[in-house]
Amino acid sequence: MKKKLLSLVLAMAMTASLLAGCGAGTGETTGTDGAEVAEEAAEETEAAEETAEEAEAAEETAEEAEAPAAEGGVLKIGGIGPTTGGAAVYGTAVMNAAQIAVDEINAAGGVNGMTLELKFEDDECDAEKSVNAYNTLKDWNMQVLMGTVTSGCCIAVAESAMADNMFLLTPSGSAVECVQYDNAFRVCFSDPNQGIASAQYIGANALATKVAVIYDSSDIYSSGIYEKFAAEAANQPFEIVAAEAFTADNKTDFTVQLQKAKDAGADLVFLPIYYTEASLILAQANQMGLDTKFFGCDGLDGILAVENFDTALAEGVMLLTPFAADATDDKTVKFVEAYKAAYSDTPNQFAADAYDAIYTIKAACEKAGVTADMSTSDICDALKGAMTQITVDGLTGDGITWSADGEPTKAPKAVVISDGAYKAM
Amino acid sequence: MKKMSKVTKNNLITYAMVIAAYIVMEILLKTGHVSSLLQGLLVPLCTYVILAVSLNLTVGILGELSLGHAGFMCVGAFSSALFSLTTKEAIPNGGLRFLIAILIACVAAAVCGVIVGIPVLRLKGDYLAIVTLAFGEIIKNLVNAIYLGIDSKGFHFSMKDTISLNLEPEGKVLIKGAQGITGTPHSSNFTIGVILILITLIIVNNLVHSRTGRAVMSIRDNRIAAESIGINITKYKLIAFTLSAAMAGVAGALYSHNLATLTALPKNFGYNMSIMILVFVVLGGIGNMRGSVIAAVVLTLLPELLRGLSDYRMLIYAIVLIVMMIFNWSPAVLDMRKKLAAKLKKNQTEKEA
Repeated sequence: MKKKLLSLVLAMAMTASLLAGCGAGTGETTGTDGAEVAEEAAEETEAAEETAEEAEAAEETAEEAEAPAAEGGVLKIGGIGPTTGGAAVYGTAVMNAAQIAVDEINAAGGVNGMTLELKFEDDECDAEKSVNAYNTLKDWNMQVLMGTVTSGCCIAVAESAMADNMFLLTPSGSAVECVQYDNAFRVCFSDPNQGIASAQYIGANALATKVAVIYDSSDIYSSGIYEKFAAEAANQPFEIVAAEAFTADNKTDFTVQLQKAKDAGADLVFLPIYYTEASLILAQANQMGLDTKFFGCDGLDGILAVENFDTALAEGVMLLTPFAADATDDKTVKFVEAYKAAYSDTPNQFAADAYDAIYTIKAACEKAGVTADMSTSDICDALKGAMTQITVDGLTGDGITWSADGEPTKAPKAVVISDGAYKAM
Repeated sequence: MKKMSKVTKNNLITYAMVIAAYIVMEILLKTGHVSSLLQGLLVPLCTYVILAVSLNLTVGILGELSLGHAGFMCVGAFSSALFSLTTKEAIPNGGLRFLIAILIACVAAAVCGVIVGIPVLRLKGDYLAIVTLAFGEIIKNLVNAIYLGIDSKGFHFSMKDTISLNLEPEGKVLIKGAQGITGTPHSSNFTIGVILILITLIIVNNLVHSRTGRAVMSIRDNRIAAESIGINITKYKLIAFTLSAAMAGVAGALYSHNLATLTALPKNFGYNMSIMILVFVVLGGIGNMRGSVIAAVVLTLLPELLRGLSDYRMLIYAIVLIVMMIFNWSPAVLDMRKKLAAKLKKNQTEKEA
């Protein structure tokens, strides 16, 4: 009985002390800080201290976090993406890479004398939670938004950001509507652009005459690419002989789709999907003796890192991606090393997009002469103008420029997998 | 007579609680004391309260288990969002358009309720739980497969992709399969939400204490006895279940008009959501409408207020759920609470003496 009471009191006290920390209007930059606060609070509760003292302790931790502010002030950048749930891989990659970029910029003296501060909020890949995360960041006095990571959430948040005239730069929100307002820009290609670019690439290089497509109809990214691919295919010297869909609820057995592709005599299979499913498709195609070329988009990036996947199966797979972790240019090597050192994981293209997003914000701030004491709306107006004038050499492309409609212009890169590594084509 | 007044008093306390919360929030909003987070949460709170109350009608009053409440919400959300999107130009008055959208959501969800209810509610046992579970998943997948467009020739429909809609170049795609509906007008607000909560509560409370409500409860308590006195079991079950579905549809309309995007993900309209609503009901007290309101508010606010913990908040959320469950339902704790209450009372009387 006493145990139960104790656990109740403990949980309550922990919650109370943390709420007090939030109320002080300060935020932790990374997840680990939050955990530290929790641990501290828990330890103190165990020591049966008064709740008031705990609140004080939480405030102290918060003050410590605020301490290293430079003279030029702090530019608060908010980030939103899924760090829990099924899409956590993408959100976590964006959070980690953005933190690396922010740390690098701060170490090099910041932007216009300001230091950058990043606070990343989880949205669980749910539009409603994403708007909540956006509002949380607003309470934290966010000045620029780097997010959101996923398309559906981004459309909902863009609506709120438009109402507040908040500058929004999404690293990876690829649906068309993500940047429909003039305050929103993106780093990645839009879905239609990827679909069109893929079709043009296959056509221009005469890779195939009969193409089969296997796509995820329940995924915005996948179906978005497929639609534009199919529309552009009409103008190209190849025909789509089979277009087979699968859904998120049914993505382990692809023999039906592959059999149809085989029966239709396809000589290339286009896979606008993520790498987890693609690895299964490649393995099953091999078992069926289906010997065609495979072509994918940036979602296939990471396929070589899938556990228990025979990389020999991916031999000859072509993919259109802005980023390959084993590229040998200085920037990529430096970034991959920093990422591996900090998080002992290989960064994917989401991470690269986020890294570029932070540097883009930096470039735009320098161009527009943004200072930390400007209001959010003024910053947004200044950055809107600056975005169309800057050129960024990033991980995902050299000489990236933006048009006023928010779309980036950069050359699509195609890579082919040979000898278990990505090679530029 | 005395008993009647007690029931009325109890209901009035619930209404007064909702109205008081509304007034306090409005004053805080006007004076600018509410954080953006809470401002953004107000409409979702109303949505979940309505859902909890409507499910409590099925679970608490009718005594049937429904595991597909999010499905009815989904039907309401999509039907109303579709209506608002197509009539954006035709009905410039936002309030009127939203009112019609709510009614459409209500009717659409009710129709689904009847369709599900007619075969299932004739049966004895847990069949409703199984069928509603399937219904929720079917609706979610169905919505994900629908493509609907509009151009000068009228509506175009496809289950394949937007290309097969054969739209004219200036035609507009309304539902884009998995991408759902985008660009729903932002018509929901806190005031409308609270009005809908009050209407829901009044409907449920009045139903419970009406002849129909007593018939429904008699079925819950003893089906054979109810049958023996000539109560039409299927009819009364269907009334309660359809009403519950219709109110979930209204909540769906409120939900869809609060966000610019509406997609049927497992997260918002899937099985997990249905269970979430059931958790509100169970923690708030089965059959206790006021409890449902409070539980829905607390459990929706909690994960957002715990954001300071970042990824650990889900863990704490689970612990809080367990603690709340023990506090509310464990016989030992209930005993202790009773003893504590008695002690307090004794102290008070001693003091007075």
